[in-house]
Amino acid sequence: MAIYEIEQSQKSPTNTKGPIKWVLDNLVATPTHVIFSFLILGLLYITIPPFITWAIIDANFIGTTKASCTGDGACWVFIIHKMDFFIYGFYPESEIYRINWVFGLSIIFLLLFKYTGKTFKAKIALFSLFPIIAYFLITGGSFGLVEVPTDKWGGLMLTLIISSIGIVVAMPVGIILAFGRQSKLPIIKSFSIVYIEFVRGVPLITILFMGSVILPMFFPEGMTFDKLLRVLIVVTLFQAAYVAEVIRGGLQAIPKGQYEAADSEGLSYWQKMLIIILPQVIKVSIPNLVGNAIGLFKDTTLVLIIGLFDLLTMVGLTSIDSHWTGFATEGYVFVGFIFLIFCSGLSRYSKVLEDRLNTENR
Amino acid sequence: MNYIIEIEKLNKWFDDFHVLKNINLKIKEGEIVVICGPSGSGKSTLIRCINYLEQFQQGTVTVDGIILKDDVKKIKELRKHVTMIFQHFNLFPHLSILENLTLAPTYVKGVSKTQATKTAMKYLKRVNIAEQAHKYPNQLSGGQQQRVAIARGLCKDPKIMLFDEPTSALDPEMINEVLDVMIELAKEKKTMVCVTHEMGFAKKVADRVIFMDQGQIIEENTPKEFFENPQSDRLKQFLEQIITD
Ligand SMILES: Nc1ncnc2c1ncn2[C@@H]1O[C@H](COP(=O)(O)OP(=O)(O)OP(=O)(O)O)[C@@H](O)[C@H]1O
Ligand SMILES: [Mg+2]
Repeated sequence: MAIYEIEQSQKSPTNTKGPIKWVLDNLVATPTHVIFSFLILGLLYITIPPFITWAIIDANFIGTTKASCTGDGACWVFIIHKMDFFIYGFYPESEIYRINWVFGLSIIFLLLFKYTGKTFKAKIALFSLFPIIAYFLITGGSFGLVEVPTDKWGGLMLTLIISSIGIVVAMPVGIILAFGRQSKLPIIKSFSIVYIEFVRGVPLITILFMGSVILPMFFPEGMTFDKLLRVLIVVTLFQAAYVAEVIRGGLQAIPKGQYEAADSEGLSYWQKMLIIILPQVIKVSIPNLVGNAIGLFKDTTLVLIIGLFDLLTMVGLTSIDSHWTGFATEGYVFVGFIFLIFCSGLSRYSKVLEDRLNTENR
Repeated sequence: MNYIIEIEKLNKWFDDFHVLKNINLKIKEGEIVVICGPSGSGKSTLIRCINYLEQFQQGTVTVDGIILKDDVKKIKELRKHVTMIFQHFNLFPHLSILENLTLAPTYVKGVSKTQATKTAMKYLKRVNIAEQAHKYPNQLSGGQQQRVAIARGLCKDPKIMLFDEPTSALDPEMINEVLDVMIELAKEKKTMVCVTHEMGFAKKVADRVIFMDQGQIIEENTPKEFFENPQSDRLKQFLEQIITD
């Protein structure tokens, strides 16, 4: 027989902190560590300082013509001068305010969306209202606005339009495909499987090409189909296959008991799927869904092959301007930077969303 | 005689595996039946046939006058009156406790939100968990979750309650809080079919205890006779095993 006292908890001995300790633990803990630390720091040393010199120290920011760019560094004057092209493409200058309205409205709607809390109906209303307003503002042709045909659209605006429509519309389509793949009805099931596997087996560039060059061959003579609309349809259908696969993965993570409980509670198939299963699936799928969204955002640069002027294409177009030859590098760096901002923004947002859902429900 | 559950010549296979063999079982309204038997004997499968979570190939199952078959309307009607409590609770983790309870009444029965909330709170009080109404399932202990699951089942005021090993996923110290709730329910003489190995519970409240093995009903009797005077060797063996456990 023995009795022991309850002991006080003590501080963990390894819990000391400090910069030297950090270096010892993280950079030079083992010989392999040392080698890699050395290589990576070396690589950074070779690349970063020259880049900073080029992009900032020796760069020119102020001026109106090529002549203002005297230094050895980057000529950001070019970017500033061509900014409208990068953002709006060939959208008429007098109408650009409409696009700015849409940008502004999108921020207002996002904030409204955020602060409507759990009122589902308000969210749906906001979510449907914005595209309608944006559509009328951007295309024009009604409410006294001049019509701007889609071949004038371009730059960042076009990139955002294609990717946001692709990402948003592909969600419901992909979800339905994923449900279809689980269906007990053989026709629906095999259609979903064939569709998903076919689309995932072919690169976007091929499907874009098929959509815009080969499909019209089958249309009756004289029937035209807006090029942008074609691209939107193709991109959406392409993205839907990927969304479907992500959702399928999420569906597999839901325990069978959830279906059984929903059934035994008497919910119908659609109630079960939409109220019980789908919210849980989306929650576990957020990182992958955002990953796919980022992929699509970058893939929109491929629309160049069928003659749409997205952000990346604008670099090529502006840098052959005879007054501004030789600044393609600045253009590509700038566009790369824009892509980086949007993609890392999306990625951060997914992390925040994930954390929030985790603390809410765990 | 008026039976609320009538199972006749029920046979079920999982592919080639004959999981239920010629089951005949009639349960009266208000009767409390406990089913026990070794693992894999088909207890869950049988009880799940009663609310049509499992389909079957042969035989008839009639529940509250509804002959079970593949017919969405009939099954929906059935599930308005039959509720099932699962081993792993199966609460909806993305919904609060209160939402878990009001979901089916509002969506399936068309009860107003305020009315559903009132009913939900009433049953949450009954299972002593009203203070937790706004938490999420994962913030509760296993015993609490199972009590919530029972309250959720009660919200539709079911005629029949099915329990599939409601306490076997619980830590020992939580088993009693759930059994207490079930004993309270038994006093109301709602029809209950309960798969469990809690023999104390069976002795206390069951009208009849059924022993299953290898997909068959081997023996059934009043609890007293069942435990004190088992007839078949298999039941004797089984009882010895769970007593020495
Ligand atoms: N969906 C299924 N597909 C194939 N076989 C199954 C399926 N579900 C159960 N079985 C098998 O049927 C038999 C009976 O299973 P059941 O779950 O009804 O047993 P049980 O008596 O409830 O056992 P336990 O006490 O372990 O819960 C088992 O051998 C099991 O492996
Ligand atoms: Mg079982």
